[in-house]
Amino acid sequence: MALTLDIEGPAAPPRLNGELVFEEPWEGRSFAMVAALAEGGLFTWDEFRDHLIAAIAGWESDPSGEYRYYERWQEALESIVADLEIVARPEVDELAAAYAARPPGHDHDHDHHHHDHSH
Amino acid sequence: MADHSNTTDRLSPAVRAEALESLLTERGLVKSEVLDGFINRMVNDVGPMNGAKVVAKAWTDPDYRAQLLADGTGAIKELGFAGPQGEHIVVVENSDDVHNVVVCTLCSCYPWPVLGLPPEWYKDPAYRSRMVREPRTLLSEMGLDLDDDVEVRVWDSSAENRYLVLPQRPDGTADLSEEDLAALVTRDAMVGVAKVSAG
Repeated sequence: MALTLDIEGPAAPPRLNGELVFEEPWEGRSFAMVAALAEGGLFTWDEFRDHLIAAIAGWESDPSGEYRYYERWQEALESIVADLEIVARPEVDELAAAYAARPPGHDHDHDHHHHDHSH
Repeated sequence: MADHSNTTDRLSPAVRAEALESLLTERGLVKSEVLDGFINRMVNDVGPMNGAKVVAKAWTDPDYRAQLLADGTGAIKELGFAGPQGEHIVVVENSDDVHNVVVCTLCSCYPWPVLGLPPEWYKDPAYRSRMVREPRTLLSEMGLDLDDDVEVRVWDSSAENRYLVLPQRPDGTADLSEEDLAALVTRDAMVGVAKVSAG
């Protein structure tokens, strides 16, 4: 893996304040789930941090594709809720597979499909 | 290399996050509106402008500066900025002789209450490893050339400490109000990858 920092391309570090906090909506959802569970006392931020460190180290020991911080964040979240027996991995796998199998454009079909969350 | 076949472990993080949110909602552990609230707060209310106010106050109020350097968390809380990842903020001060820069080699820890969530480059594996190994080279690549006689101190964040750099007040700003000064302070200067310029 070439460890270079893109300083001129589209991923160039901004020199000033202000950039998108979350590149994609799911990143914000994943971030907020950790914040909500930590605030609810299900785990501490330090406990989450340990899982995040492990997820990042796991990727770095066998990098594949582009490094995406919030993908590791989501992985750490799945790992901590599984360890704490809050949500088991197969449940996430199964429901995610069902969501992935939805036809394109499903989330625009508000008249016929109930979503109880917003993006 | 990873392919993108649709096996369970390769499902996109977007659907995985959506699935997990549904399952946590079912269990009554999260609520959509509460998540929206966290997101709005991080996007709109918490950000480097908080840190900029801290820096500007330290520049104009010597007592506050002393307090900030002695007890970052307490002095920052006094301005109303607190929250997760803000419990152990240590403020390190730049001078003519010393330049401080912050990194988190393990996982991108960052002082959220004063800087918001970290920018993309801060989380980048290259930044995290190179800032420790070759800070001068990386700082120079990021547009900050330091004289050879300036000591570079790299602060690696940990569970115990989050760091905030107190940059040097630029020359030619003696007449500016605290508010005007705050407008000059950039996030990058508070991470230590830039200096504050008089604008």
